Amino acid sequence: MDLNFLTIAEAHASLLAKEFSSEDLVKACQAQIVKTEKLNTFITRTDDLALEQARAVDAKIARGETIGVLEGVPAGMKDIFNTRGVRTTAASKMLENFVPPYESTSTKRLLEQGYVLMGKMNLDEFACGASTENSAFGTVLNPWNQEYVAGGSSGGSAAGVTSGQIFYSLGTDTGGSIRQPASLCGCVGLKVTYGRVSRFGVDSMASSWDTIGPFTRSVADAAAVLQVIAGQDPYDATTPPVEVPDYSMNLGKGVQGLRIGVPKEYFAEGVEPEVREIVMAAIKEYEKMGAVVKEVSLPMTKYGVSVYYVTMPTELSTNLARFDGLRFGHKPDGEVADLLEYYRKSRGEGFGAEIKRRIMVGTFVSSAGYADAYYKQALKVRTLIIQDFAKAFTEVDVLMAPVSPTPAFKVGEKANNPLAMYLADALAIPPSAAGVPAISVPCGFTKGGLPVGLQIVGPMWSEGLILQTAAAYEQAMGWKDMHPVF
Amino acid sequence: MQLTTEQVKKIAQLARLELTPEEMERYAGQLTDILTYAELLKELDTNAVAETSQVTGLSNVTREDVVGAPLCTPDELLECSPLPKDEHQIRVKRVL
Repeated sequence: MDLNFLTIAEAHASLLAKEFSSEDLVKACQAQIVKTEKLNTFITRTDDLALEQARAVDAKIARGETIGVLEGVPAGMKDIFNTRGVRTTAASKMLENFVPPYESTSTKRLLEQGYVLMGKMNLDEFACGASTENSAFGTVLNPWNQEYVAGGSSGGSAAGVTSGQIFYSLGTDTGGSIRQPASLCGCVGLKVTYGRVSRFGVDSMASSWDTIGPFTRSVADAAAVLQVIAGQDPYDATTPPVEVPDYSMNLGKGVQGLRIGVPKEYFAEGVEPEVREIVMAAIKEYEKMGAVVKEVSLPMTKYGVSVYYVTMPTELSTNLARFDGLRFGHKPDGEVADLLEYYRKSRGEGFGAEIKRRIMVGTFVSSAGYADAYYKQALKVRTLIIQDFAKAFTEVDVLMAPVSPTPAFKVGEKANNPLAMYLADALAIPPSAAGVPAISVPCGFTKGGLPVGLQIVGPMWSEGLILQTAAAYEQAMGWKDMHPVF
Repeated sequence: MQLTTEQVKKIAQLARLELTPEEMERYAGQLTDILTYAELLKELDTNAVAETSQVTGLSNVTREDVVGAPLCTPDELLECSPLPKDEHQIRVKRVL
């Protein structure tokens, strides 16, 4: 049996039936990681820890104890989640040697469910980028074609799942960093409602935008992982006391009568015709399944990138101010005269080009004399984007659109043009601005053989409905069973 | 908005970033491009629009003032520092 491309649910069933052990799964993953090493998905591998965790689960199974659905199934973790005793770099030279002394809430909850950690996945430095080319540990390559990027910032998390190295992973999505790599790599990626999953113990990027969610090979698996990590956390005051429903309950219920909105701005100029066609064909499938499709308008869409690249750098520069090289971080080489020079050298040497660029933008647009024109204006337009979505959701239940205006682009293609890279998230940013949940589910391939993702967006706290909607399509189509060959 | 290298130098000073002359020149151009793009926002009349700085609607989230179980020890936190330690304190360069 090829173990590498099973879903979590399939692996779990076989563990229960004793067809193979958790240790077998770890070894199959290790072999695949070696075979596909060129993809550069891992920053740190935790082989010994994984085997130890797997053997503990196997012992439980041998004793006849019950195990949870994630128990003993190998996972990867974006290297921005603090994991006690396991180096956590945020793909930055700044944290090259940082070993956190505490656990993030999400990984703690997974640990309590018996998760098996294969290692820490590559990303754009501090989750800033759309291609992982900003990683201090090299670029992640697309599993379908290694001349192309895997997307970002959670590129390692997505490519690891797609290439059969791990069964699932967690990523962070601030302005598309889960959905875009999921779309470009061809796996399921869920961005939750802001506040649904605790951000505690995850390096902050833009605190009013940051969310955490799963990458999986099936929609049902995404529901299973979300079930474990969702919910209020006393360590994150932005997690509201909203009940966590059973996310798997409605996965088989279909989409009869579902009202789907197709926002015309998401199919406008700038979206590649091939992407448009593939996504429209997916929406047609929904009509066949009994959903009702209508065109809607989200007129503020074109302002999303501007709102994001003013407010996010402001929050980022504030969050990254804690990196002073004293309590943790990079110690500059050679002698420095005083504390101020130490800060400047630590940060100048420790941060990569994109991080410095964003710190500079954030510092400028929030500085005296410019804050009203840039920062405050962006906060107001963010309100207008929220109103756009609120209005649309009075007419329809969910929205459907492409995740990314293009399929994966070539390594190096946008590396020297920051603005072109920013536009890669033009269709992923507006839902993030509004705080609403959205998923990327595979919906086909370009003629060149690159995957395309369908974005399904719902109102606040509608993860259950989004998963149900995505599951109906996944079950009707065969994309889930397409895997890259190495 | 055209940024000069002089302005970039000032921003870098505020942000505590040491930049090379080449970096400053490159950032002056790139920041100008980014800010020019962001000026798209100015075409909207937002006089009557409220600012959004968070989307949860939560405010003043408090808890009982009790000490919880520690997540790690003070010494483990000190271990994270790349600098020498003295009597449970981090030794830093002079401030003044």
